[in-house]
Amino acid sequence: MIPVVALSDLTVTRGGAAVLRGLSLRLGTRERLAIVGPNGAGKTTLLRCVVGLERPVAGRIALFGNACGGERDFRPFRPRIGFLFQDSDDQLFCPTVAEDVAFGPLNTGATAAGARARALEALEALGIAHLAERVTHRLSGGEKRLVCLAGLLAMRPEVLLLDEPTNGIDAENMARLRAALEAFDGAMILVSHDAGFVAGLATRAMLMRDGALVEAEIHDHPHLHSHPHLHPKG
Amino acid sequence: MIARLVPGDLRLRLIAAFVLVACLSQLSHLPVAGAALAVLAVASLGRVPLRRLRHVEGFVLLLFVMLPFTLPGTPLLTLGPLEMSREGLARAALLACKVLASALVLLAFLGAVEPARLGAALHALRLPEPLVRIFALTPRYLALIRDEIRRLREAMRARGFRPGTNRHSWRSYGNLIGMVILRALDRARRVDEAMRCRGFTGRFPHAALPRPGLRDWRGVVLTAGLGVVLVLADRG
Repeated sequence: MIPVVALSDLTVTRGGAAVLRGLSLRLGTRERLAIVGPNGAGKTTLLRCVVGLERPVAGRIALFGNACGGERDFRPFRPRIGFLFQDSDDQLFCPTVAEDVAFGPLNTGATAAGARARALEALEALGIAHLAERVTHRLSGGEKRLVCLAGLLAMRPEVLLLDEPTNGIDAENMARLRAALEAFDGAMILVSHDAGFVAGLATRAMLMRDGALVEAEIHDHPHLHSHPHLHPKG
Repeated sequence: MIARLVPGDLRLRLIAAFVLVACLSQLSHLPVAGAALAVLAVASLGRVPLRRLRHVEGFVLLLFVMLPFTLPGTPLLTLGPLEMSREGLARAALLACKVLASALVLLAFLGAVEPARLGAALHALRLPEPLVRIFALTPRYLALIRDEIRRLREAMRARGFRPGTNRHSWRSYGNLIGMVILRALDRARRVDEAMRCRGFTGRFPHAALPRPGLRDWRGVVLTAGLGVVLVLADRG
């Protein structure tokens, strides 16, 4: 079967230093891959390479079996790959939520009414239909995260690239996010330093260290531990 | 009252406001300009939040300070080496009336419109795409940039910075401005990338605006008519 994303021997340098060193990766159609690693390990750079925002100095990128080199090669595949940026404010640039979510479908040729319908449908699916007419920059961090995701889902992507999906998210919206990702019927790369969240969703995991990937094992076992936590008084 | 003049359709509203302001700018007699200001002020009473006129008040004040003393003419008052002329005072009053009247028109016609809607209307009027995009995106990101400046300043204060008139303060503010510009550039790059990831190729997918109705056209005709009447009164 053709992998949806195939990277081989990717090397990316920035300011003379290598960020990715000969990295290879294959992502299957329904695979959910968690990539965990410390800050600065090159996780975001890896995702940027997949959608062609970052150009490697060496190595090959193939999306859905097609080799991609320049901006023109990547363009037709971007609507099929939803990329959730680390900072929600980078993604939300329209005044209202409904308009922002409709932006992607409009770009891919939907009519105004069709794009709006798809936007509302995506918001509904995430349980945030009530935010549709809200102003994007007045949303909470967690709401912004979900609206960004709705903007991607409205394009009906086959792959999701999630860069720190739990950034700035509160418990209630975290549950919505998890439910939405569990329901997503496609391939996914989850990048995070929060191993707990991504390990629960992923079918495969890799560790990223110094620009290279190593296979990891997801395992679940009970811990006998004690830690301080807070409860309301009374 | 001015609500009758303002067309509901944004494209026509822009055109109407442009025509009226263009006519106001042609006035050269104080009584006509004053009358125009009075009519507009009465008409827009309750519709225009007057505190928003503050943005032009500084400019008007500057006119009154500068013009009477710089335009030669019949002296009215002498302050040391400075002479206040009747002509200068009249010119300042004329300009003030025109500026305030134009500001009232813009506020009444466009003051309450969301920048993004205005962007769509400007696009429909065939303004260049990059200009429209800058116009539509600026207000969205201005708030973020303002927040960034606030956070940087707080961080400076938290490290004991007290602004003063000295080299250290100027240098620090220089660094602050430089950092804000760098971050804004970074932000612009990332917003562009996020847009490209969602299939943006340089053409904004503005929804087509509905055709303007009869009422909208009537507004344009009435507004333009008011402008023409003012210009004729000024000439005659």
